[in-house]
Amino acid sequence: MMRVILALTVLILGSTGGEIAITHGMKATGEPARLRPLELLQFLGRAMRNGWFWAGVPLMALSFYSLLILLSWEPISLVIPASALSYVVGTLGAKYILGEQISTARWAGVLLVCAGVALVAAG
Amino acid sequence: MASERRLRIKTLVMVLAMVVCANAGDLMLKRGMSQIGAVRLTPSGLAQAFRLTVASGTIWIAIFFLTGFMLSYMTVLSWADYSYVMPAGAFGYALLTLLAVVFLHESVSPRRWFGVVLICVGVLLVGQTKPRTTAVAGEAVA
Repeated sequence: MMRVILALTVLILGSTGGEIAITHGMKATGEPARLRPLELLQFLGRAMRNGWFWAGVPLMALSFYSLLILLSWEPISLVIPASALSYVVGTLGAKYILGEQISTARWAGVLLVCAGVALVAAG
Repeated sequence: MASERRLRIKTLVMVLAMVVCANAGDLMLKRGMSQIGAVRLTPSGLAQAFRLTVASGTIWIAIFFLTGFMLSYMTVLSWADYSYVMPAGAFGYALLTLLAVVFLHESVSPRRWFGVVLICVGVLLVGQTKPRTTAVAGEAVA
């Protein structure tokens, strides 16, 4: 039980931490001027030179490995609903780390999505 | 307000690209890995699985779609909130259920349908909030 909780914590914190780092990197990169192939390539080049992007990638890899380990211990109908908690953790991270404004409507939407994903994945 | 509308439309297009690429990629990955069969967790088993995945066209199509997902995800995050994109992306779960019913004629439990409804309402709620609430590289929030 302890090891499942530990792996789940690594899964959730790894994926949200990684995504928050990448979001921070992408915001620093700035949006592409136009959504054309050349501009998109230059944009990707800028993103790849951003340290936050490379901080995010290993965190997401760590999260992926703990997902694989969890799936070898527990059924998918338990693992995915439990990992739906990352919607809530991610929103908290967006608010306190990225400084995004989470309105009541957005919180309500996130909680509904979290419950919905848990129900869909549980089958 | 025209820029606000433009922001909303391009965010929507990118989130849709994300969802389509992620689902198509996962589907192809699942198909490709089923063709390869169960992987044995021994050095020789892993080496053989690696050779088979690299040689599989289906796996390469999956990699193509998953790369498309990553690119659209990175692009949309360069202007939109993480707390907007992340729940909106969950629309994929609802879409997968609908596709499974329409194309694979799978039966879906009432509990799962209820989950789909919750996701759709949640995504609609998040979707009508402002896609961007923070300042972006050199621009102040209006």
